[in-house]
Amino acid sequence: MFAYVLKRLLYAVPIALGVTVVSFLLVYLAPGDPLNAIAPADAPEEVIQALKSAYGLDKPVPVQYGLWLLRAVQGDLGTSIASGRAVSAEVLSAVGNTLLLAGVAAIGGVLVGCILGALAGYRHGTWLDRVATALSVVGVSIPHYWLGLVLTIVFSIWLPWFPAMGAGPGGSTEWLWDYEHMRYLALPALTLSVIPMGIITRTVRALVADMLEQEFVTALRARGLSGLAVFRHIAKNTAPTVLAVAGLQIGYLMGGSILVETVFAWPGTGFLLNTAIFQRDVPLLQGTILVLCMFFVVLNLLVDILQPMIDPRMGRG
Amino acid sequence: MSASLELTLSPAAPIMTTAPSRSYWLVVWRQLRRDPMALASALILLIIIGAAVFAPWLAPADPYKASMLKRLLPLGSPGFLFGTDELGRDMLSRLMHGGRLSLLMGVVPVLAAFGIGTAVGLLAGYVGGKVNMIIMRVLDVFYAFPSVLLAVAISGALGPGMSNSLLALTLVFVPQVVRVAESVTTQVRQLDYIEAARMSGAGAFSIIRVHVLGNVLGPVFVYASGLLSVSMILASGLSFLGLGVKPPEPEWGLMLNTLRSAIYVNPWIAALPGALIFITSIAFNLLADSVRSAMDIRR
Amino acid sequence: MNQTLQSLAPVQDRGGPAQPLLVVRDLKKRFAVRGGLLERPRKFVHAVDGVSFSVPKGKTVGIVGESGCGKSTTARLIARLLAADHGSMIFDGEGVEEYGGIRLKEFRRNLQMVFQDSFASLNPRLTIAETIAYGPRVHGLPKAEADRLARDLLARVGLEPEQFGSRYPHELSGGQRQRVNIARALAFNPRLVILDEAVAALDKSVQAQVLNLLQELKTERQLSYLFISHDLHVVHYISDYVMVMYLGQVVETGPVERIYGHAAHPYTRALLSAVPSMDPDKRTQASPLTGDPPNPINPPGGCRFRDRCAHAHPVCEARQPALICIAGEPAHQAACHLNDPRSGHPAAVQEMQP
Repeated sequence: MFAYVLKRLLYAVPIALGVTVVSFLLVYLAPGDPLNAIAPADAPEEVIQALKSAYGLDKPVPVQYGLWLLRAVQGDLGTSIASGRAVSAEVLSAVGNTLLLAGVAAIGGVLVGCILGALAGYRHGTWLDRVATALSVVGVSIPHYWLGLVLTIVFSIWLPWFPAMGAGPGGSTEWLWDYEHMRYLALPALTLSVIPMGIITRTVRALVADMLEQEFVTALRARGLSGLAVFRHIAKNTAPTVLAVAGLQIGYLMGGSILVETVFAWPGTGFLLNTAIFQRDVPLLQGTILVLCMFFVVLNLLVDILQPMIDPRMGRG
Repeated sequence: MSASLELTLSPAAPIMTTAPSRSYWLVVWRQLRRDPMALASALILLIIIGAAVFAPWLAPADPYKASMLKRLLPLGSPGFLFGTDELGRDMLSRLMHGGRLSLLMGVVPVLAAFGIGTAVGLLAGYVGGKVNMIIMRVLDVFYAFPSVLLAVAISGALGPGMSNSLLALTLVFVPQVVRVAESVTTQVRQLDYIEAARMSGAGAFSIIRVHVLGNVLGPVFVYASGLLSVSMILASGLSFLGLGVKPPEPEWGLMLNTLRSAIYVNPWIAALPGALIFITSIAFNLLADSVRSAMDIRR
Repeated sequence: MNQTLQSLAPVQDRGGPAQPLLVVRDLKKRFAVRGGLLERPRKFVHAVDGVSFSVPKGKTVGIVGESGCGKSTTARLIARLLAADHGSMIFDGEGVEEYGGIRLKEFRRNLQMVFQDSFASLNPRLTIAETIAYGPRVHGLPKAEADRLARDLLARVGLEPEQFGSRYPHELSGGQRQRVNIARALAFNPRLVILDEAVAALDKSVQAQVLNLLQELKTERQLSYLFISHDLHVVHYISDYVMVMYLGQVVETGPVERIYGHAAHPYTRALLSAVPSMDPDKRTQASPLTGDPPNPINPPGGCRFRDRCAHAHPVCEARQPALICIAGEPAHQAACHLNDPRSGHPAAVQEMQP
C-alpha cells in the first residue's frame, strides 16, 4: 500500500512540473512582449529596459522560469502589476472565497445528485426516473453562466430575496458565517451546483440500477435482508465511485468557476483571473493559474490514493 | 463492398441463396427513426442550424443596424418580433446571425480535435512503447488543467478574437480525444486479427487503415459527439468573458455579456441568447445520447 | 489453380527435399515482470529458454505441453510476431532479415499461422472474402484476381463462395471460421503453416472435419505444419513428429509413434498416462503428476521437472540434463538423466551397445 502511494506521488511530480512549465509559458503564447501591458507604447528605451530588468524579463526564458519556480516554491509569486500587491496574498484571499463557493456547490450538488440518482435507480423506468434523468441532462447541458443570469433575474429582481452580486454587503470580501453572507452565497452556489448535480445523478442512477439487477441483490433479498440493509449494501458499493467523481468535481469547479464568479462578481480566483487577463497582469496570471492547477493535481492525487482504500476491489492501481 | 457485388453478379450465382448481411448502419438508422427524443432533438437542431445558415437571407433586418431611439424594445414590438438589444438592433436578426458564429465556434474545435486526436491516438496506440509513453505523459500534463481553466488561460494568453478561441478550444479537446482513441487502438491492436494482418506482411499504414481505423472511429465519434454541447457552452462562455468574438459581431455568448445590464430593464431580452445556447446544447446532448444507445445495440 | 496465383507463386524450393524447411536453434525469449517502485523490471518470465528443433519438408511437427510451457510463444517467435532475445531460425537454408537472407515481407509468404480463437482472428467489419483477399493484395495481386483467389479458396475449404463470401464472421460457426482462417493462410501459398491450438475450441466432430481438411491440403500443396496443441489425441492423429515442452524447454522430441509408444521422459509419460483412455479396463486411479508447476519466474535449478518427478535424485538438482538420443533412434531425443548412462543417476540405463 505504501509502495502504491509512493508510486502515485512520484508519478505526480513530473505532471506538477509540467503544469508549472505550462502555467509559466502561457503568457508567452501571444505574439509580442508580455511587457506591453506594463509600459506605455511610446516609453523611451531606457525606461523599458529598466522595467524589463525590474521584472526580470531581460533574462532568457528558461532562466526566468527557474527563478520564478524557485520563488514560487518558497511562497513568493511575484508582485501584481495592476495592484502592486503580492500575488500570493491576492491569490490566497481569492482562493478562500472560491474554495468556499466550490465546496458548498459541490457538496450540495453531490447530495442532491445522490438522492435523485438513487431515486431514479430504484424506480427505474417510472416517471420519477424520467424526471431525474431530465434534470441531470439539464444539469450537464445548461450554460451555467446563463443559469446564473436567470436566477439573478428571478430571485434578485422579480423576487428580491437574494442579492445579485458580491460576496458580502458593501462589496466586502471578508467572509463571515452569518445569515447576511449566506444570502450572498446562495445564488452563486446554487448555479454552480447544477453541474455536479447533473453528473452525479447520472452516475448514481446508472450504478444503482445496475446493482439492483445484479444477482447478489436478489440473493440478499432471498435471505430476508430488509430493504434498508440492501440499501446500505448498495451505498457501500457505490460510495467509492461517487467519492471519486465528487472529488474531481470539486477540482473542476474550482478551476471552472470563473464564469459564475464573473456573473455574480464573486471575489474568487476566477474573478482574479479575469482581471489578470484583461490587464495583462503577467505575474498575477501565472500565479493564479499555477495555484488553481496545483489544487487540481493535488485533488486528483488524493482521489487516486483514497479510492483504493475505500474500495478494496480496485487493488493497487 | 465491391467484393460482394462481384459475387452476386457472377453468372453462376443462383439468385436467392445470396444472403447479404444487414448493414450495421441501416440498423442504427432504423433505431434512431423510432426514437422520439432523437427525432425531436434532430428537428430542433435542424431549425436552429437552418436559421443560422440561411440567416443572411431569412433575417428580417440588418443585425448591425443600430438605433439609439429603439433601444431595448420589448418582445413583440411592431417590426421587431424579438425586440431590440441595448443598441437598438433587431434581436431576431442578431440571434439568427449569432447562431452562425456560435455554432461555428462549437463545431469547429470538435471537428479539429476529432481529426487530430484520432491521428495522434492511433499513432500512440499502434506504435506503443516509448512513443506511446511520451505522448501520453505529455497529455497527462494537459489533463491536470480543468478544461474551462485551460480554455480561458490559453484564450486569455493569446488574446481576444475568434480564431484564438477556436485554437484554445481545440487544444483543450485534443487530449481528451487522444485518450479515447489511444485506449481503443491499444485494445484493438492486441486482437488476433491484427496479428494475422501483421502476418500478411502488410505495412503499418495499411493495417491501420483497413483493420484498426474502422474500430476506432466508432467510439471516438461517440465521444466527440458528446463534446459538441460542451464546446458550444465553452465557446460562448469565452465570448461572454470577452475573450472570443469581438463586438459588434453577433454571437450568443457575447450578446449575453453586452445585454447583462439590461436584465434590470428587460430581462426577457437579456436572457434570450442564453436560452438558445441552452436549447441547442440540450438538443446536441439528447441526440448524441440517442445515437450512442442506437449504436450500442449491436455490441 | 495456378493460373489465379500468378504473382503469388510459391517461393522456390531452395535446398531440396532433404534440407529441413525450418531449423530453430537455441531460441530464447523472456518477458519482464513489472515490479518495484520505478516500474523497472526486476524479474523475468523465461517463456522460451533454449528451444531447438527442426521441421522437415512435407511433415507435421506437433508441439505439446501444459499451459504456460512456451508453445504459443515459440510459435510467435517463429512467425516473427515477437522478437527473440537469442537464437537463430533458418528457413530452407536461409536466414530471415539477415545478410543475404530473405526479406521479412517475402518471408511472410512462406509462413502463415492459424490462431486458436477463430472469432478474434477475423476482423468483424470485413466480409470473409475481403479478409481472405487482403493478404494477396498486400503482396501486389490486383483486386479482381485476389477476389477470385478468395472464392477459389473458400470453395477448396468447403465453404460455398456464393453463399459465404459476403458473410461476416459473426454469421459463421466456429468450424466454418477456422476454415476461413485456413483459407486465408493458404492465400499466400505458404510452405509452413503454424496451427496454434487451431482446433481446440471446436466440437469433436467438427475437429475431425477440419483435421481431415488439413491432411488433404498438406498433401495437395506440399505443406509442412507446426501443430501446437495440448490435446494429445489430436496431436497423435496429425503429427509425424512430436516435441514435448515443459517450462520453456524441450524435454522430449521424436517420431510420433516412438513418443506415444516409448516415451523416454518422465513428464511425457505422465502426460500420456493422464490422457483418459477409451478402454474401460485401462482406467487409472492414481494421479500421474504430483505437485504444482513451479513458478516460471524462478525455475528451479537443474532439471526443471524434478519437483514433480517420481524419479528425482540429487543429480537432477545439480545438473540440467541435455537432450540425448535414445537408443535405437537418432531422431528420438529426451532431456533426462535416466537416459544418460553417464549421468550418475542410479536408475539410468546401462551403456548402449555400439
